[in-house]
Amino acid sequence: MLRETHLNGLLMLALLIVPLAALALNEPFIITLATKVTILALAGVGLNLALGQGGLISFGHAIFFGLGGYSMGILASHAQSFTPLMEVPFLIEGTKLMPVIWIVAIAVSCLAALLVGLLSLRTSGVYFIMVTLAFGQMFYYFAISWPAYGGEDGLVIFVRNEFPGLNTLVPIQFFGLCFAVLCAVLFFVSKLNKSAFGLALSGAHFNAERAETVGIDITRVRLVAFVISAGITGLAGALFADLNRFVSPTMFSWHTSGQIMIFIILGGVARLYGPIAGAAVYIILEHYLGAFSDYWQIYLGLILLFVVLFAQGGLIGGLSKREAAHD
Amino acid sequence: MSALLELRGITATYGASQALFGVDLTIGEGELVALMGRNGMGKSTTIKVICRLLANQEGSVLFAGQDLTRLPAHRAARLGLGLVPEGRRCFSNLSVWENLYASARPGEWTKDRVYGLFPRLGERADQSAGSLSGGEQQMLAIGRALMTNPRLLILDEATEGLAPVVRQEIWDAIGTLKQSSGLSILVVDKTLSELRQIADHATILERGTSVWHGSIDDLTPELKDKYLGI
Repeated sequence: MLRETHLNGLLMLALLIVPLAALALNEPFIITLATKVTILALAGVGLNLALGQGGLISFGHAIFFGLGGYSMGILASHAQSFTPLMEVPFLIEGTKLMPVIWIVAIAVSCLAALLVGLLSLRTSGVYFIMVTLAFGQMFYYFAISWPAYGGEDGLVIFVRNEFPGLNTLVPIQFFGLCFAVLCAVLFFVSKLNKSAFGLALSGAHFNAERAETVGIDITRVRLVAFVISAGITGLAGALFADLNRFVSPTMFSWHTSGQIMIFIILGGVARLYGPIAGAAVYIILEHYLGAFSDYWQIYLGLILLFVVLFAQGGLIGGLSKREAAHD
Repeated sequence: MSALLELRGITATYGASQALFGVDLTIGEGELVALMGRNGMGKSTTIKVICRLLANQEGSVLFAGQDLTRLPAHRAARLGLGLVPEGRRCFSNLSVWENLYASARPGEWTKDRVYGLFPRLGERADQSAGSLSGGEQQMLAIGRALMTNPRLLILDEATEGLAPVVRQEIWDAIGTLKQSSGLSILVVDKTLSELRQIADHATILERGTSVWHGSIDDLTPELKDKYLGI
């Protein structure tokens, strides 16, 4: 059996090699698929911080995915139509620069998470799930009913946004950029998990009362985790919008929240690389089974059922046979 | 001797059923106090009230001159209450040192000092807390409370369910703590023989009321039969 760290390494290597091989074989669509896996995995890494480490089963992470997407969509649509976003009290113009878009996407997502978190973290368990879902639906219907930015039809961005020094329209270059972002976020989250904050978060997940009696303010720790988690998912949303050059209210829908959650459950809850395995399997199934049948999700359901029942710790846990410690 | 913790006339309820009907308890600086009583007499409820895991209805909880009654549990803990809860409850998803690190607040107690008190924890620093034996988990629970650098260490049934040899190890460690650190300690336990050797005072609870307080040496066999006999 493989050690978990080796498995993680292989996974990342595969994610890097597949698009390079596709480049050599002149299969640009495969590169796009790998980019999609990378971006969706990033969204999963974000949710996993709240769900896996913190035990916060958020059914509303589509809010942040969507806000990231719309941050990109709104900024880029103003840039492409040469109309300012706002003139009074001061001038804000759109932009086609990815770093700026990313910062806005992260900031907007974090701010929304702060508000959503302040209200929803007063509850726990199934109520937390329902409150986050309710917020998600609010954002979804708001996006549908907001004609300025396309309403139900969404927004089309004609040309992918720019990153200094790269030609993002070349699939392999855009993939490399997304892969680098994923690696940076994985590094950040792994450090965070091992910090006193991360330990307090998972301690509070395991035994909230106990964490309080050693002086951990669990509401605050959870809120901070929720906000960071939202920021990462928001960044993924901005990249996803750039991949498709299209933003629509679907990004806010509860299907999206469920999809991100499936990556985590498939790959392994609270496992740093779990969402990567989960997203990869999901996209491979969607692409290859989807070619046979529109109802490919039946097979996804079967696999999910198998993983949940027989492979404790998801694909990563099942393949490495090393369960996260619990008694 | 000035009082570090002072409970006056505490009443508390779980929903509709009242558990405490008037508990008084005083612990001085550097003192080791035993809280005694049969099962169901309110010992653990009293601990919960002290640590703010349960709100009291009436009465006051003063710790180091500060009123705890309006504070949430984590704020009370930061003032210097170190609880070793009943049933140990380590963060068993974390390793031994992670358990200690997650609770650490600056002060005299460091990871190395805890390993000095319980060498077995040092040997198992990277092992997950869930894989430790009951006795080792208890040591870890005490170590974790010490890492918060408390002024008052509260041990709720610290030796319950452990083998006699391990019990003795825990009692020895509590004795060492008292002598070497000048920490105030509140011990909830039923085993009088060991407590006699290390406790200064005892408070006995009977049906949610404190009925006796005095030096542990004044705890006569008659009192023992009356309040602690089965």
